[in-house]
Amino acid sequence: MQLKIQYYALMREQAGRSEESLDTSAATPADLYRELTARYGFTLAREQLKVAVNSEFSDWSRRLTAGDAVVFIPPVAGG
Amino acid sequence: MHFRFAQTAIDTGPARLELLDSGAGGYVSFEGWVRNHNEGHEVTRLEYEAFQELAVKEGERIVAEALRRFPVKRAVCIHRVGTLTVSEMAVWVGVSSAHRGEAFEACRFIIDEVKHRVPIWKKEHYRNGDSGWVNCERCAAAPSVAHDHPSHHFEPAVSTTHK
Repeated sequence: MQLKIQYYALMREQAGRSEESLDTSAATPADLYRELTARYGFTLAREQLKVAVNSEFSDWSRRLTAGDAVVFIPPVAGG
Repeated sequence: MHFRFAQTAIDTGPARLELLDSGAGGYVSFEGWVRNHNEGHEVTRLEYEAFQELAVKEGERIVAEALRRFPVKRAVCIHRVGTLTVSEMAVWVGVSSAHRGEAFEACRFIIDEVKHRVPIWKKEHYRNGDSGWVNCERCAAAPSVAHDHPSHHFEPAVSTTHK
């Protein structure tokens, strides 16, 4: 299954890229984060993040489908 | 649009005009500025980055909530992205209303919620050459604390760079 992942802030730096298309068997955003943490060594625990699928906040247990765009959201600091 | 991003210096003149309403008796605004220090570090500049597609949606929801919760006329919030130096404006909130009390309250509500909820990040650059993503680097060093207090990282109080 092909997914589009975008990275921001600390996670962009740790992944060394701002986006990628990924062929994965991850069924949920939680699975995907586990897979990507193994690859890139993300230092943030999943509990510190939110996740968005197709530009809307999502549950970690949502079933991903081909073509979904996933963004992990590190602790925010606007203002 | 009631919430938007600015790639260059925020121009409050036109933004203020968006708040005009014949039923309004005044408006309240808040400007967030880049401060030259944070938690003992001398800050020289900030980089703001946003997941703009979702940030605009969430920002619009916050303004809509403010308009529902408080009897105000109009509200606008503009947030900078890019590199900012000390004393530059990072965010502007303006609210007009018939009476001042609710305008102050709604303005406070909007800036507080924006800091908590909108996917915007800032990287501080320090005089000594170090840099760090606010709310991320120390959390990464001590994730066990974060697990006990899952909402901590969306609190604005500890690590913000202006008042």
